[in-house]
Amino acid sequence: MAADAISSGAGQEPRAQRWSIVLCRRLRAWYLGSDAARGYLLLMPTLAVLFALLVVPVATLFLTSFCTQVYFKIDCSFTLANYATIFEPSGEVGYFLGIVPYPEMETPIYAVLLVRSIWMAFLVTLSVMLLAYPMAYFLAFRVTRNKIRWLILITVPFWTSYLLRAFAWKVILGYGGVINSGLISAGIIQEPLSFLLYNPTAVIITLTHAWLAFAVLPIYVSLEKIDRSLLEAASDLGDSRIERFLRITLPLSMPGVVAASLLVFIPTVGEYVTPTLVGGSSGKMLGSVIQSLFGQANNQPLGSAVSLVMMLVVTLLVCAFLKVTGSKLKAREVQDA
Amino acid sequence: MRRRSIGWLELYGLLFIALLYGPMLLLPLFSFNDSLYIAFPFKGFTVKWYEAMVQDSALLAALRNSLSVAIPVSIVSTAFGLLTAKALTRFRLPGRRAIVGLIMVPLVIPFIILGIALLTTLRKTFDVPLSLWTVAAGHILICLPFSVMVLISRLEGFDRSLEEASLDLGESAWSTFWRITFPIVLPGVVSSLLMCFTASFDEFLIAFFLSGDGATLPVFIWSQLRFPQKLPNVLALGSCILVLSFLLIAIAEKLRRGGIPTEKHSGF
Repeated sequence: MAADAISSGAGQEPRAQRWSIVLCRRLRAWYLGSDAARGYLLLMPTLAVLFALLVVPVATLFLTSFCTQVYFKIDCSFTLANYATIFEPSGEVGYFLGIVPYPEMETPIYAVLLVRSIWMAFLVTLSVMLLAYPMAYFLAFRVTRNKIRWLILITVPFWTSYLLRAFAWKVILGYGGVINSGLISAGIIQEPLSFLLYNPTAVIITLTHAWLAFAVLPIYVSLEKIDRSLLEAASDLGDSRIERFLRITLPLSMPGVVAASLLVFIPTVGEYVTPTLVGGSSGKMLGSVIQSLFGQANNQPLGSAVSLVMMLVVTLLVCAFLKVTGSKLKAREVQDA
Repeated sequence: MRRRSIGWLELYGLLFIALLYGPMLLLPLFSFNDSLYIAFPFKGFTVKWYEAMVQDSALLAALRNSLSVAIPVSIVSTAFGLLTAKALTRFRLPGRRAIVGLIMVPLVIPFIILGIALLTTLRKTFDVPLSLWTVAAGHILICLPFSVMVLISRLEGFDRSLEEASLDLGESAWSTFWRITFPIVLPGVVSSLLMCFTASFDEFLIAFFLSGDGATLPVFIWSQLRFPQKLPNVLALGSCILVLSFLLIAIAEKLRRGGIPTEKHSGF
């Protein structure tokens, strides 16, 4: 009996081994034959990072937005109260670029700040594009020697500390700052100008300067791709320089402009550092509110809801923008840019 | 058509560069000014703010913190970025576009949202105490897109037939890697390391949310901005940081854009 059991057990073991060898070989053959399997294996670390540090946190934010803050604890029974708060009228007057649009009306503070943030981000994007486009055009069509050196010169400031660049503007625009002290010691003014700092314009100037370096490149790339023979053809067929620019160069460079606009607009809506440093109370943006909801005000669920509404509205605006510009901006173009 | 020698565009180009660099140059300029106030006229030349800077122990601790975050972050991001870039350029992957999109997402989400989302998750969900580790985690997330972007363009520009030729001529896979692949990819790797280092070293907002007691250098600077008498020290420190970042990124860009001189990859 015992010997029988041993022999049958011994007979099964090689078979199981053979099976596992076959299975291993099949797996190996499938792995080597399949690009997808090999590719995804290489992608594992990155996907794990993205899952743990991006997907899970955003999902957590989403879930938290339906909770309620009870002192230092968070009560997670489902509620939509946070979302209601965002659009609820409050007693505060809404400033809109320093102007009070409806003094009599009670405006919901979060919604007003959201609209103001979007409006300011729009103005920043617009001024960045207007300033960056000629530079990109210059690089693409006029610079023939040392192109790489020019590109490096323009890119580098974007990488240097953003905090320090915003701080530099505070130093420039401040009450006792560079402009005021410069004008006073030059004898042009007697009293410091107080309208320079702590307003939406200061925020827009600082942010425009911060993004300038970044926006030139996508536009430059799309200008560089334009087939020069098209331009010659247009001239040969009698277009003036301006007509040629409007009919050929500008439309063909739109993908770069669209990509650059989005790369500037989206992060700017949630800006925190610049409004805090140079914005004052009239230049406050939604980012400051989000920060305080997670800090001193300690209402994380409301903060989550505000962040999500902001992301949602921005996404909708971006989709509408892409639809209007008619360019099907693909991930590839953003990546190229 | 392009016969005009000096036009308004050339002028604009120079003006643009002046506008871009002017505000930043003020920091080094006033860091040598012998006055507590950042204002004209200049009072005199001094290096005392730099002397005060190197004796500030809180500052040196913050510098140590920043370095101990930025160095590992740049290495890990570049390693992951290299694997990712290889996967995306060498293999036909279903869902490639979605993956590239996902990797680039941190670039188009406001950092404040990344910061609070990570804060909520790490603190409330996983109950991890805030430390330099949590800062590093956040920084890896924002460095990955840069690293992947740099390395993809490097690997795409590299002619695969070089590797095949080496293998055909009898080199082993190992020596092919060291003699062909590595030298070609190296500038991209160094460039990615430098960029990730700078991005992490200069990053403020995520570190602001995720650092516990140990402030990184930008968080330290932020805390100093409230005290007017500390501003000259911040200027001195800021000037050093600007010079360092400028040098590192200039080297990184030079490496990245040099070597394979194809116009296609000269973009961002």
